[in-house]
Amino acid sequence: MTDRELEIKAIGLRKRLLGVIVGAGAGHTGGGLSCLDILNVLYNRVLKVSPETFTDLHRDRYVQSKGHCVEALYTVLSDRGFFPPSDLETVCHYQSHYVGHPTRHIPGIEMNTGALGHGLPICIGMALAGKMDRAPYRVFTLLGDGELAEGSNWEAALAGAHYQLDNLVAILDHNRLQITGPTKEVMSTAPLAEKWQAFGWDVREVDGHDYTELTEALTNAPAAGKPLVVIANTVKGKGVSFMENVPKWHHGVPSSEEYEQALAELNQLEGAA
Amino acid sequence: MSAPAPTMFTPEAKALMESLGLTQGRPNLEVFSETLLELAQDDPNVVVVTSDSRGSGKLVPFGNALPQQIVEVGIAEQNLVGITAGLAACGKKAFGVSPGCFLTARSLEQIKNDVCYSDVPATLIGISSGVSYGALGSTHHSLHDLAVLRALNNITIIVPADNTETREAIRVASTAPSPMFVRFGKAAMVDLPREKSFELGKASVIREGTDVAFLATGETVIHALLAAAQLEGEGIFSRVLSMHTIKPLDAEAILRAARDCRAIVTVEEHLVHGGLGEACASVLMHAGMAKPFRIVGIADEETVTGAQADIFRHYGISMEGLTETARALLVQA
Ligand SMILES: [Mg+2]
Repeated sequence: MTDRELEIKAIGLRKRLLGVIVGAGAGHTGGGLSCLDILNVLYNRVLKVSPETFTDLHRDRYVQSKGHCVEALYTVLSDRGFFPPSDLETVCHYQSHYVGHPTRHIPGIEMNTGALGHGLPICIGMALAGKMDRAPYRVFTLLGDGELAEGSNWEAALAGAHYQLDNLVAILDHNRLQITGPTKEVMSTAPLAEKWQAFGWDVREVDGHDYTELTEALTNAPAAGKPLVVIANTVKGKGVSFMENVPKWHHGVPSSEEYEQALAELNQLEGAA
Repeated sequence: MSAPAPTMFTPEAKALMESLGLTQGRPNLEVFSETLLELAQDDPNVVVVTSDSRGSGKLVPFGNALPQQIVEVGIAEQNLVGITAGLAACGKKAFGVSPGCFLTARSLEQIKNDVCYSDVPATLIGISSGVSYGALGSTHHSLHDLAVLRALNNITIIVPADNTETREAIRVASTAPSPMFVRFGKAAMVDLPREKSFELGKASVIREGTDVAFLATGETVIHALLAAAQLEGEGIFSRVLSMHTIKPLDAEAILRAARDCRAIVTVEEHLVHGGLGEACASVLMHAGMAKPFRIVGIADEETVTGAQADIFRHYGISMEGLTETARALLVQA
């Protein structure tokens, strides 16, 4: 798929994501929209995993540390054929396997996440297992920027460099917002790139909605002996004008008017494409 | 002048031990590390994760023999559990080893989510558990671990009483498809007599009797056995069970003891809340079995200072203390 084709796909995915959240009556809208392009690139271009190879020992691993943005992950996984799109209608419903955070009940999901600061340590273990087995797979995790205040991330950051895990990639959905407001006001992570560099990581900074930049950062060979962090600068609520950069859309279900307005905007984008 | 080293057994208890023909074993910790090394030599997928704890975990020989199968994470217990879970999710039979006090408190959320909820075949080993660190104080005691882990879905909890139970628990853990927690201390254990070989989820019968039933676990079981032997001299016949599997609990053995015996005493190196005692009480209440009943464990207070032996004696976990508890309870029976 070309960049353009993937971008057009992303418009459809955004519409479906909003539909999932409306159907679930709950969800993390802003963060889902900010990481959607990253997931689109991962599952359509980067990750060596498919519904057919999901139990293959040599598959690439993806662990979504920012588990609260599960609706975006569900949307992309179903688009990729891991489960039927109709399953999305049950998200968060009574007795559904589709919980409001990732679980291994769902084909395509590796670990149960949702408490922050867990994905990176888990991925260190997965990457170490890959090194022990001399297996070709890579391990990816997606972190939120607010999540970086969890100290366990920095325990794992030490270990990633210590064990020279060049089969490990941490992607940071750097949308600069968290539930309370701007991350720099809640608990600043600056200087971000320098921090990761100081921890011994290879750092790549990209526009998290630019398909060429994302693809290059995630597929170009890693620096030998260094884990990679891709700082993806994103916009929380990306693609829906009244949600973009508005903290209250951290979580929240659009009203029927808001949903219609959002769909109209996305339809217009789709039509122009 | 330095204080005399506290002893775990009074001269009377030692004499009784000898007359029973009991033999001195080794610390469960040593048996754990040897067993793990044997297993790991046969199976390269057996890996151990330590948090600057390879010395205290007696894992230096393991590290020397199989450097590719040991992962050091530094003093970072949350990372230890997350990494153990990640290894387990990728085909490794991963053992995360850290002092019980830190492992089950600081990294409880990682145990809950990364191990139990994610259902990976990881085993967590709480070393120097209970009050093994003695006078180092409450930061180093793990008197909460059974309570908090009992409250988590999807983890088997084992507290071995002697070398045999330790060896078997580690072997079972190495092939278990789901999470396990095993905890023990560092003192040398006495080899216990048992009728049948170790079976996960089934209490080991150490002694038969129909007056008092001692339902004990871990390093306290020997004291219950000595109390039972002591009481026999008074015509009181006691049953002693090693409740090595705290979860799933052997409800059948508890109910059998309640049917057969006149009183029940539970014994554990854990706070009196949330551990073996309350678990047994729950089984009995649900079955409508009202028996004279006592939970012997560490009181809900700032734990007294002292060596493990001092602390045991202080809270009545000794031949003398348990004998007294049983006698007092039988008066009600
Ligand atoms: Mg954020």
